[in-house]
Amino acid sequence: MTPSVAQVWEWLGDVPDPEIPAISVVDLGIVRRVTWTDDAAQPELHVAITPTYSGCPATTMIRRDIVGALHARGLERVRLDVELAPPWSTAAISASGRDKLRAYGIAPPDPDAVVACPRCGSTAVECTSAFGSTPCKALYRCTACREPFDRFKCH
Amino acid sequence: MNAGAVDHSRFEFLLRAGDNGLILGQRLVALLGHAPVLEEELGIANVALDLLGHARMWLSYAGEVEGAKRTEDDMAFFRNAGEFRNALLVEQPNGSFADTIVRQFLFDAWHVRALGAWSASADERIAAIAQKAKPEADYHLTRSCDWVVRLGDGTDESHARMQAALVGLWPYTSELFAADGVDRDLAARGIVAPEDLREAWLHDAQAVFARATLAIPDDAWAPTGGKRGLHTEHLSYLLAEMQSLRRSVPGERW
Repeated sequence: MTPSVAQVWEWLGDVPDPEIPAISVVDLGIVRRVTWTDDAAQPELHVAITPTYSGCPATTMIRRDIVGALHARGLERVRLDVELAPPWSTAAISASGRDKLRAYGIAPPDPDAVVACPRCGSTAVECTSAFGSTPCKALYRCTACREPFDRFKCH
Repeated sequence: MNAGAVDHSRFEFLLRAGDNGLILGQRLVALLGHAPVLEEELGIANVALDLLGHARMWLSYAGEVEGAKRTEDDMAFFRNAGEFRNALLVEQPNGSFADTIVRQFLFDAWHVRALGAWSASADERIAAIAQKAKPEADYHLTRSCDWVVRLGDGTDESHARMQAALVGLWPYTSELFAADGVDRDLAARGIVAPEDLREAWLHDAQAVFARATLAIPDDAWAPTGGKRGLHTEHLSYLLAEMQSLRRSVPGERW
């Protein structure tokens, strides 16, 4: 039996980002579309995804993880289409994704909001490095609770 | 154009765009483990990673346009210096940190303007890659601007080194804006010609150099050739290091 598109979205929601496992590839806005082809005899699942940062080494793993997760659910005919346009931005990260990032200790990317320490909530923070351990993050320090933390860069 | 014929101008354009990212990325990678401070180690690695990511997109597309089934890896590892189309600026040695930063700033300021223009290209794939790369290039420019101002308007020592770096690298910038037949052909097909970027680039650069108290040298010697495969002697050494492993064990996998 062919699972519904909604079911597939739910399964993809369980595929974690390899670099930040607290958040799924759906939360990150990497998955753009899920569709079944019309071919009734042998339907094929098309999943359209978009890369986050151009040079992010996790992109290859994300593709493998998505296909692997769908195969594990018994879907054999899966095609992954990678779309560049429109370019991914941090605006594509879901509200629940932002909450998960914060709970994980990463300040989420809110272009209008002031950066707040994910641990104590203070906005008395300073950027210690514009680049961090992955292409998506910058390093910050909270001057209230003294904890260093990652911030997901606005992009 | 005959159906099936290789779109030579488009192919050349894509090699130029891809090789700039690939060669500058490779230059920066050589600094890993040698950066002056930890934050710069991270910055250099991240900028190099972005540039390599851009190069992969441009060179993959170049391979498709060529139609000879060459992959991005074939392009990177199995072309000789004379087949590379990068600007002379990006192959210049890392030198001191001042040289590295001035080279980066001159490139970043051009890159941001070029990607902005290419984002409106009539070729949808070129526009998509440019739109993807642009926010990353913006971030690079923020970093290199910051360093140019800090070191230019810094100590006597840092100022002198930055001024010397600028004098040494400035001549290589003219090539970025020199149009040839390829550029003119593409301009006729809706891809912005390089000379049309110069005014905005110069305006951006002048503003930063003024804040950095650095004097832009007079335009004099203006070497060109990178876009048609005539490189400085530095490129061959870089390629030897970058390509030797892949060429000594072709097809090998990790």
